[in-house]
Amino acid sequence: MSDTSHGTGGLTFDKSKRSWPNEMNVLFALIIIIVVFEILGQALPYMKDQSFLFDTRGRFDSIFNEARLKIIILQVAIIGIIALGVTQVIITAGIDLSSGPLVAATAMIAMSFGQTELVNGNPNPKAIFGPWAMDLPVIFPVVIGLTFGAAIGAINGTFVAYFRIPPFIATLGMFLICRGIALWWSAGRPVSFPTESYKFIGSGMMPVVWFLSLAVLFHVILRYTIYGKHTYAIGSNEEAARMSGINVRRHKVMVYMIASMLAAFAGVVLSAKASTAQAGMGEFYELFAIAMAVIGGISLTGGRGSIIGTVLGAMVLGVIRSGFTFIKLDGSYQLMAMGSIIIAAVILDQYRQRSRA
Amino acid sequence: MSDEVVLKTRDLTKHYGGVHALQGANFEIKKGEHIAIMGDNGAGKSTFVRQITGVEQRTRGDVWLYGEEVNFAGPLDAREAGIETVFQTLALADDLDVPDNLFLGREMTFWNWLGPFRFLDYKGMRKATIEGLEKTAVKIPNIRNSIRNMSGGQRQCVAIARTATFHSRLTIMDEPTAALGVQETAQVENIIRTLKEAGEPLILVSHNMRQVMDLVDRIVVFRRGRICANLRTEDTNGQDVVAYITGAKTQEGYEDAA
Repeated sequence: MSDTSHGTGGLTFDKSKRSWPNEMNVLFALIIIIVVFEILGQALPYMKDQSFLFDTRGRFDSIFNEARLKIIILQVAIIGIIALGVTQVIITAGIDLSSGPLVAATAMIAMSFGQTELVNGNPNPKAIFGPWAMDLPVIFPVVIGLTFGAAIGAINGTFVAYFRIPPFIATLGMFLICRGIALWWSAGRPVSFPTESYKFIGSGMMPVVWFLSLAVLFHVILRYTIYGKHTYAIGSNEEAARMSGINVRRHKVMVYMIASMLAAFAGVVLSAKASTAQAGMGEFYELFAIAMAVIGGISLTGGRGSIIGTVLGAMVLGVIRSGFTFIKLDGSYQLMAMGSIIIAAVILDQYRQRSRA
Repeated sequence: MSDEVVLKTRDLTKHYGGVHALQGANFEIKKGEHIAIMGDNGAGKSTFVRQITGVEQRTRGDVWLYGEEVNFAGPLDAREAGIETVFQTLALADDLDVPDNLFLGREMTFWNWLGPFRFLDYKGMRKATIEGLEKTAVKIPNIRNSIRNMSGGQRQCVAIARTATFHSRLTIMDEPTAALGVQETAQVENIIRTLKEAGEPLILVSHNMRQVMDLVDRIVVFRRGRICANLRTEDTNGQDVVAYITGAKTQEGYEDAA
């Protein structure tokens, strides 16, 4: 529909620019990657005609290989939780590099309050605190973990918003600080033997439940609430947001706090799943989380993107990881492939931006 | 044009340390009037606008809005009192659509007990946006298109439409067409004429003599921080105004201008 000039001037409305949300591209990419692995499963001689996605041996009720689907999403669920938070930070034209070590530090701290006193009848060899911290209701370690995350996020946000330190630097510093905290907490010893209720948080498909519920929650928040709208506004034109009366600084602190709380929760889930917390956990998590967001169409310059995109980005990473295992290719190739895809995603995003203008 | 005084200032003064950017400004605008503020760079026009819109705190002087004395602590107070400002560099977020931008900072919401997570009343905002656009005769085929896809003139018109949506009592425009092309400038000027027909008062800061002579009823000239002339457009012409701006002439009663 084109509205040409009449008196007050016209706006030519290019319909094609509206009907193609970025997320469709990610969905296509996902489908293409699945098809590629499907083909490789048939084509590669050593594979002996295995299907990547479909249940060719009739093991499951549906046509899909449910075991593989479950693994795909389970592997990325924990980092996906982090990605939900990082997405919001990136939308404000910021970045958060501290998620990985924050996962480790929170895991150590939270697990220390979630330990069980007796292990197979013997006292817990990895007990951090005395009996007062043993067998606490699971709400304690979770709240303590989230509070720690909130504190770290508040510090990040304050440095970015009030001291105007570039987010890259502020969160990079926090990256190192959190790694230090994780190592210092128990002098490098792992924290283990959680209570049953703590373990439940990360058991079975629970990580996926957490990931998807939080994804739905934040999708609604970003699209339908004031917090969401202001987040996009700040990323799109911070000066305009400020002039419109939005408290930009306070909002940024909130965004970084939420991101860090999500990373902290991911730490709780991870330690629950592994039944242990180690200082070295979460390696590269912050980068994978950012990658999920970028592949999902979140623009690093801010103001654009959605949770749907991030979830799709997480699926893409999950499919790649699973696919490489499927064709029995070495893990090192995985990293190279993921890196290439991230670069390709950003190039595509820039191309889209330029063709819009 | 009624006689009701919309905005009145007396002895409005602003010093930045030793710099007397604005000195003793006595200004008045009546309902339905369109007044242009002109002057050379550094003459005090923008300083004057900043004082009356609450962006800065005045050093001395009084301001009355519709007869009530006002003291704006910040730009939000001025907005709430009904003063809408349209800037040269727009306060618009590119990635958001028209209703989002119109309502930025004062969104319509429900379930307000949720605090920062209260829900946006999209339907209400869209309706109010369309009403505001109709009132200012701004034509936008699809208000859900993001601002990025619009021309400069269209975007400026969206900024002006804010004044209608929020029932502003006084509109101030600071060089609204400085960054626009000829056709877009014409667009914006048409909207300004719509405001005039609706009886809305307007303070227009502009360097564009042709625009000023076309649109406004009065011209107030600033020079070196003071008002040096208050002219009726019909009584003057471009050259005359330039003389006041440069200092070749000073109007009677304004002799203390530098």
